[in-house]
Amino acid sequence: MIVRKLLACAAVLALAGCGSSQKIDPTSQFGPNPNLPEPSRALLVRMHIPKVVGWKDGETPTVPNGFHIAAFATGLANPRQIYPLPNGDIIVVETQKSGSEPLDRPKRPIMDWMESRAHGGSGTGASNRLLLFRDSNGDGKPDGKSVLVDHLNAPYGVVYSNGFLYVADTDAILRFPFTPGQTAITAPPVKVTDLPAGPIDHHWTKDLTISPDGTKLYVGIGSNSNAMERGETAERGRAQIWEVDPKTGAHRTYASGLRNPNGLAFYPGSNTLWAVINERDELGPNLVPDYLTSVKPGAFYGWPYSYWGQHVDPRVRPQRPDLVKTAIMPDYSLSSHVAPLGMNFYTGNSFPAQFRGGAFIGEHGSWNRPELNGYRVVFIRFQDGRPVGNPMDFVWGFIGKDGNAHGRPVGVTVDRTGALLVADDVGNTVWRVTFPSAAYKMTGAQPIG
Amino acid sequence: MAEIVEPTTSPVAAVTGPAYLLLFPIPVVCFIGALLTDLTYASNAVIQWLAFSEWLIAAGLVFGAFAVIASLVELIAAEPLRSNIVGWGHIFLFWAAMIVELFNALVHSIDGWTAVVPTGLILSIIGSILAVLAVATLFFVPVAWVPAREVRNDRS
Repeated sequence: MIVRKLLACAAVLALAGCGSSQKIDPTSQFGPNPNLPEPSRALLVRMHIPKVVGWKDGETPTVPNGFHIAAFATGLANPRQIYPLPNGDIIVVETQKSGSEPLDRPKRPIMDWMESRAHGGSGTGASNRLLLFRDSNGDGKPDGKSVLVDHLNAPYGVVYSNGFLYVADTDAILRFPFTPGQTAITAPPVKVTDLPAGPIDHHWTKDLTISPDGTKLYVGIGSNSNAMERGETAERGRAQIWEVDPKTGAHRTYASGLRNPNGLAFYPGSNTLWAVINERDELGPNLVPDYLTSVKPGAFYGWPYSYWGQHVDPRVRPQRPDLVKTAIMPDYSLSSHVAPLGMNFYTGNSFPAQFRGGAFIGEHGSWNRPELNGYRVVFIRFQDGRPVGNPMDFVWGFIGKDGNAHGRPVGVTVDRTGALLVADDVGNTVWRVTFPSAAYKMTGAQPIG
Repeated sequence: MAEIVEPTTSPVAAVTGPAYLLLFPIPVVCFIGALLTDLTYASNAVIQWLAFSEWLIAAGLVFGAFAVIASLVELIAAEPLRSNIVGWGHIFLFWAAMIVELFNALVHSIDGWTAVVPTGLILSIIGSILAVLAVATLFFVPVAWVPAREVRNDRS
């Protein structure tokens, strides 16, 4: 019967639209030349969101042999970033985007629900503030805690320079007069510049750093969509890193085509800016790899028209072959959907020598693939200022044996004792990783890979 | 009205009949509308038209789901529909349109061009043809299936 034929035809067409399942070894996606399968999309977007259970007393993530992990601060509300001040005080950024995105498509409520489930519901009370922790003797147990700044608007990046604390809210960079040692800031801020926010504000985390000479701020501004499905105008000024003059607020585009840049940091002793980038979803479980890259001034990294250099995204219209031709490849693939949101270089002295100058990356974890990826802090060794080898798992166990999520790592930083601090916005904890074992240090054993 | 309906048609059908006839044109109009907005998107790539298509298909599926429930009751309760090949044809075509459009909704959830070109557009064409054919069969169903006409029949 004709109808049956039509139905069979429809089924075939539907399947043709989803293609293969992209079976590749995920470790083949580490480094400068990741294995890139063909785009593939199941009829239903592949999702796997672990149930959030939090940490019970005494439970911690896992670290390599010889290292030790303990909670530095608990009972927080969505801690996402950590910033060490010159005097050793630690700023923890509690942050939460307010309001939901406009109901523009029928799939939006499903995406919203998914997002809230991944964060364990609606959150825990007060947020959108900077907390200051003081650990006078450096034992990892803070002896002072205060609210440094309150009532911010989804803050993310924080940087101190020359008598000022700069805070990147989701809609503006603010400048507070500040002297390290202060435990509260009462002076009103000056707005340095507005940042693209607006009613959608899809990727809302605005990470911030400052040039080593203190003359220019750099702010990462994520895209307003997955692959420009909200149109070109919604992306004005987005998917870019801006260079901002802290005095005048004037900005220029430092680099573009970066879908969601975070973890902005200058390589120690250099003028090279690095960042980690969240790439696009819904092209299959093994596309597109997220990456760590040095950010070349004026460079275009592809989004939304192409990925990993010049691989054209078939979903994006109008196509821009002129721009795709200029798209450059990033430096180092972290594999797909790991969601890197924090990055910092190891500048301390208390970890073994091979850690010095390497990068720690907080991988918030995947939703768009059947097997979870990310949900860990990885370490990538650097040689002559370039990443080498495969990433090494450094903090893991955020996903329990039962498959539930205890936490999700975000911002990473190094405190004055050389310990690594990890913000866990789902476990509402800041973790501190130390290297107490002198014996291990002396043998020079290789970290596990 | 129920008291004057023929004993061969149950009182339930007297209700679902009109309910079904009221509901079933909504998805038909939505699916044809989505075909038109798909054609527009395929010609100008303005993303808003993809959103129009998505909402039209979603609305068609919601109202269509109620129509499917009504048609199920109808099938159980209305003997004239069951015993008539055209009645079966109508139901089959309508359900087929719904299944095609269910797939179509999923294809349309893709973020951009490939939501429509080519798969979504082809599914919209198939779904619309099936829906229109389902409408066409109504001209051939026995009058007894439509309660209002049935009543008039009884009186004549």
